[in-house]
Amino acid sequence: MLRIDNLSKRYPNGTLALDGIDLEVAPGEIVGVVGGSGCGKSTLLRLIAGLEDPSAGGVSLNGTPVTAPREEIGFVFQEPRLMPWLSIRANAAFGIRHLPKAEQQARAQEALARVGLADFANAWPRELSGGMAQRAALARALVGRPSVLLLDEPFSALDALTRYDLQEHLLELWSYDRPTMVLVTHDIEEALMLSDRVVVMQPRPGRVLTVATPPLPRPRERTDPLFEDWKHRLLAELSRAFRHRPQGEEAFPAAAI
Amino acid sequence: MGWGSASNTALGLLVPLVLALGWELAVAQGWGNGRLLPPPSRILATLWTLAKSGELTTHVLATLGRVALGFLFGVLAGTILGALTGYLTWARRLLDPMLQALRSIPSIAWVPLFILWFGIFETSKVILIAVGVFFPIYLALSGAILGVDRKLVEVGRIFRLSGVELVWRVLLPATLPSYVLALRAGLGLGWMFVVAAEFMGASEGLGFLLTDGQMTGQPQTILASIVAFAVLGKLTDGLLASLSRPLLRWQDSFKPGA
Ligand SMILES: Nc1ncnc2c1ncn2[C@@H]1O[C@H](COP(=O)(O)OP(=O)(O)O)[C@@H](O)[C@H]1O
Ligand SMILES: [Mg+2]
Repeated sequence: MLRIDNLSKRYPNGTLALDGIDLEVAPGEIVGVVGGSGCGKSTLLRLIAGLEDPSAGGVSLNGTPVTAPREEIGFVFQEPRLMPWLSIRANAAFGIRHLPKAEQQARAQEALARVGLADFANAWPRELSGGMAQRAALARALVGRPSVLLLDEPFSALDALTRYDLQEHLLELWSYDRPTMVLVTHDIEEALMLSDRVVVMQPRPGRVLTVATPPLPRPRERTDPLFEDWKHRLLAELSRAFRHRPQGEEAFPAAAI
Repeated sequence: MGWGSASNTALGLLVPLVLALGWELAVAQGWGNGRLLPPPSRILATLWTLAKSGELTTHVLATLGRVALGFLFGVLAGTILGALTGYLTWARRLLDPMLQALRSIPSIAWVPLFILWFGIFETSKVILIAVGVFFPIYLALSGAILGVDRKLVEVGRIFRLSGVELVWRVLLPATLPSYVLALRAGLGLGWMFVVAAEFMGASEGLGFLLTDGQMTGQPQTILASIVAFAVLGKLTDGLLASLSRPLLRWQDSFKPGA
């Protein structure tokens, strides 16, 4: 169980990025977090990962507080962030350096096969397309079999077709070990395609506005009328979230639509 | 090495070869006077005489030894201080302003002081070369460490790399390309400064050969020495480049044959 308890974060410059977030994520659950830019989505994920210290409250995983990055918690960033000087295989094995060499190789190769990059194990990162590089980043995050996978807008830099492809692929990857997933996105469709629950955040300060549990059967279809219906509901929530903005702030972000 | 690279090399040699042969011909035909600018054949003959008598080896070894020692010390100091100031904020605040100020002094200006302190023999020569080598290495390494992509460092944090592992697995490979370039620039300066150092007074070395050629009015000796400098500079740079190439294969710019 991943438990986020009254979590607040104020950056040294005074920005209150998160204010009293409470959330519990069950093992194997997929939670989507949506909200316009500046809602504190990345901050929330970084706190869960132990990359930042909370100003108040805390995060715990199976009862133990998370105060620093942990082996059971994997992270996928918006950019692939592969080490350009390592082959794709060595990148995939980056997080399992404590294992014997042979096992590292085998596990990395297996992870690459799962993301469809078995034939690119010896390639350099620069030789991969954006979508392939992000697959390699997924392999790197999953190779240590984390029980929690955090994803910060992992597909937002990709073109629509690649994005749809990777969204489906992510569900397939999830089905192997069924890690708990927290997926941050500003794309409501993406959240609806993937999540069991969708958390809508509001900005300044970052708070949870609503948590929705769309009763959509899987596999989900974008063209399903119920899917459309839920998309409109969440859009309405999002625009409500942005009506909270103080005078003179940015208008409703196009990115959320 | 592909065809492209071989033919590029050939193309680059074309103009100097034509000029050299032209001058050779001009002097042989009596169109030009080879006294101040000896034709290639006379330069080669001078080199051959020097080589046969063993003089060339003595001079080359003396100069090579000075460059090697100066390069070694310059690289050591530049690497240590560059790494410290790049990695530790307090070390940067403490040392960088002073080093930047020292950098703005033309290194040759130190020569009189070095001679006063260390005499005109090897120590002052090696120190002068080391000073020349130091700055490009220091600046490049310090800047490269500061410029390492914070995002990659964060990946290291996610995977719980220790400080040593972070240096070894992220900072070192990330800074290697600039470091190698700096080593090559530093070596080039080492060759430049060894000439200045040997002008300070030396009884052997290629720089001594230069002054000797001037004193005795033998331009062919000067040019023979210059040719030797060029060959040695090119060879040592090529050595550094080929030693580092396997480590930098991942870079875009290192396409085979390019
Ligand atoms: N390192 C930081 N220092 C100061 N303010 C920050 C920092 N990171 C984020 N913020 C601020 O915190 C708020 C939330 O940012 P972020 O978590 O990146 O939002 P999101 O990911 O939803 O776009 C924003 O107002 C942002 O400017
Ligand atoms: Mg963000």
